[in-house]
Amino acid sequence: MKTSALVTDLVTEFKTNGRIVIVGASLAGLRAAEALRDEGFNGKLTIIGDEKHEPYDRPPLSKQVLKGWVRADHTLLPRTRKVDAEWRLGVAATRLDRTNKEVHLANGDRVPFDRLLIATGVRSRPWFNPKEAALEGVFTLRTSDDAGRLQAALAAKPARVLIVGAGFIGSEMASVCRELGLAVTVAERAEAPLVGALGGVIGDIAAEMQRDHGVDLRTGVSVEALEGDAAGHVRRARLSDGTTLDVDVVVASLGSIRNTEWLEGAGLATGFWGVACDAGCRAFDVNGVVTDSIFVAGDIARAPHVLYDYQFLVLEHWDNAVFGGKIAGHNMVSLEPDRRPHLPLPAFWSGQFGVNIKGVGVGPFGDEIVITQGSVKDRRFAAAYGRRGRIVAAVTFDHGKWLEYYGALIERSAPFPPPPPGYDQANGIKPIPARFPDPRVPTGFPDVVLTGHDPTARGAEYRPKKQ
Amino acid sequence: MTSQAAPVIMTPEIAWVEAMKFENRANPYPFFDELRKTPVARVANGLYVVTGYRELMALAHDPRVSSNMSHSPLAKTAAGAETPAGADHMKAYGKEPSMIVSDPPDHDRARRQAMRHFGPPHTPDLIPSMEPDIAKLCDQLLEKAKGKNRIDVVDDYAYPVPVAVICKILGVPLEDEPTFHAWIQDLMAGVDLGPEAATEEGRARFAKAKTSTAALAQYLTALIDGFLRKPGQSMLSKMVNDDGPDGPMSPKEAASNATLLLVAGHDSTVNTIAHCVLTALRNPGCLELLRDRPDLIPGAIEEVLRVESAVQFFPSRSALADIEIGGTVIPKGSAVFLIYGAANRDPSRFPNPNQFDPQRRDNEHFGWGSGIHTCFGGPLARLEVNLAFEKFLRRVENPRLVVDPPPYRQSQVFRGPRHLLIDFDRITD
Repeated sequence: MKTSALVTDLVTEFKTNGRIVIVGASLAGLRAAEALRDEGFNGKLTIIGDEKHEPYDRPPLSKQVLKGWVRADHTLLPRTRKVDAEWRLGVAATRLDRTNKEVHLANGDRVPFDRLLIATGVRSRPWFNPKEAALEGVFTLRTSDDAGRLQAALAAKPARVLIVGAGFIGSEMASVCRELGLAVTVAERAEAPLVGALGGVIGDIAAEMQRDHGVDLRTGVSVEALEGDAAGHVRRARLSDGTTLDVDVVVASLGSIRNTEWLEGAGLATGFWGVACDAGCRAFDVNGVVTDSIFVAGDIARAPHVLYDYQFLVLEHWDNAVFGGKIAGHNMVSLEPDRRPHLPLPAFWSGQFGVNIKGVGVGPFGDEIVITQGSVKDRRFAAAYGRRGRIVAAVTFDHGKWLEYYGALIERSAPFPPPPPGYDQANGIKPIPARFPDPRVPTGFPDVVLTGHDPTARGAEYRPKKQ
Repeated sequence: MTSQAAPVIMTPEIAWVEAMKFENRANPYPFFDELRKTPVARVANGLYVVTGYRELMALAHDPRVSSNMSHSPLAKTAAGAETPAGADHMKAYGKEPSMIVSDPPDHDRARRQAMRHFGPPHTPDLIPSMEPDIAKLCDQLLEKAKGKNRIDVVDDYAYPVPVAVICKILGVPLEDEPTFHAWIQDLMAGVDLGPEAATEEGRARFAKAKTSTAALAQYLTALIDGFLRKPGQSMLSKMVNDDGPDGPMSPKEAASNATLLLVAGHDSTVNTIAHCVLTALRNPGCLELLRDRPDLIPGAIEEVLRVESAVQFFPSRSALADIEIGGTVIPKGSAVFLIYGAANRDPSRFPNPNQFDPQRRDNEHFGWGSGIHTCFGGPLARLEVNLAFEKFLRRVENPRLVVDPPPYRQSQVFRGPRHLLIDFDRITD
């Protein structure tokens, strides 16, 4: 038999009788499962998730769910097709045994696989003091259960809500609180909200938006302690500037932690920034050798990106999970040269204080910003980010229909600043420093981070930037 | 068909003229295929046409491309010259430019002022609330066809539904329909960018269009004056009496936009319903498929819009800077026509582009335009076309085309059958 025929037979055999395990039953895992079936994989498919829920959508949790428009358990993801999988929900994976090709579960079960997809995503960074974190009225927001509990607490009309951390989710929650008529304080260690993802220039605009909507925004401060009453309910917060606040609800919105603990000892390039993989979603081992049977997708994946000098990029974005899952699914049942790269132009959106914020590219890769279109005063504008004469990102406030244009410029590394628009030019169209903080300082974790060039486990570690 | 008549050597100039000729209205696509060999092509002095998908997408979103007619060389020619340039009517929608021929920030403000009274988040219920009316109208028209074996899908079915709906939404009395229908027909027939525009008939159509456009504008101005004196619940009334963040729209601007919304609010819907029926009947098996699986109807309608875009292009745009695209530099000041009907059949974007595939996936076509001028009334049109097409498929038994191709209307821009005769066995209940 010719080799090529053998290989074809192998692929057919794998698609018929192979065993695939997906660990992580959220957006990336579900879309990967659907892609696998679309690609003609008819073998055994197992999906493992530590939450008891079927895959659900997370973006509404900090918006429509908290507002009380949609119940927390009513955001299940639409299915694009039947996946005919064995669902192991409510039981976490605890260990990966690469030698025997098995995933160990918390209940002692072992699930064998021929190919594995790691899509365990991230969890909320908890409040740093466990005793204080256990106080009633102290929340984090990541899961639908979190959202259900927090929504109930907000519906009970607390006298004041404290949100610690003014990233996208913290800011969205502050916006919801104001819409519900609740007094809310936002404490942020950085100079302004959203600085990690969008820099200080946009951060100042976001800060103005918050204050205009009645948010008690305090920047450059940290919350040092939470104090409870005799019943164990949080009542006071002590801030680093010496002030204290009377609060009934505290939400710690401190970014995320990657769910990699179950991979300890497996010898993969796993660490603080997730699991390193190539542009085709194949995991690297500790030494930077690419694996054949282990794939990574979604928030936990860390992959080199051509647009950003091949630095390993981590992206906590919705469409990164969708497209990453699809590509991983395709590549898991394909051989070269049919494997595809997952090289997304990063894109995100947020809704807060009545403004639709959207962006493309990686802002923190740049160091300059220019407001190109519209009016900052009216909070309807487009802005582009540049790095050494090329455009690397763009953000819009209620101007999202222009993103297609900027996205196309970024994809071909067009010059920065972009040519002036023919109409509706923003005042003073000239580049200024974008004022990004060092993304590796653990005070303002953005949801997009460039994590250097090292594909090994060492590169996946957290290392403060050398001064 | 007409492609056989095409000369052996076809320059973009010739392909463009052929595509615009009335005799090729039923099938301009072979000439669009010719044009697409140069995705951005100069076809006349100061006129560039864009037929490539990627190039069109880029230019539809480029803030150096203006929709403001006063920047276009076409408007300048039309203002003082003898030669009629159909695009003049776009500008002549009223004294003030409507949003479709405006740039930001005026465009954005006008669109917000109008959208507040039409769609979410401020008016989320208006479009869905039309559903019972639309369904009832469709049924009534089919009831009327009972006992017959032949109807004109355009006049007897596709036209009456959207016109009644847009009148109700805008607050235009439906009893005035016979009057403004004639004006609008004249206006459309005057939008002729082909060689026939220079003929005696063409000039006559142009002159008539000018008069009728003015009459329509006057009619709508009077209507709006009435709303200023006595506010009501209609969209036009709310637009001029608004107390929202952008304030009320000026009566003059409201009159221009009223013309736009009234015309665009039904004409393209008529053409789309007619093209749905025509395309389904041309493709064996399609009727049966959609009857058996009505869940495929919305996707099939999008595919009809891809292959038979109701607005084939809109002749308002021009370049405000030299723009390098698709191997061409469009010089500042040139008119730029984005040919949706051609880009929608770009083989580098759509496999088998000339094939109608009701189950086509990844069908991001330009049937609704793209960018900030994307069809304002799309959600309403989708509802109307879905209901009308679904009822037609369910209730008209064994429909057959009488003439193929059917006679087409004059305009290349607002392209659709003038009549669409079909025979059928009976109308079911």
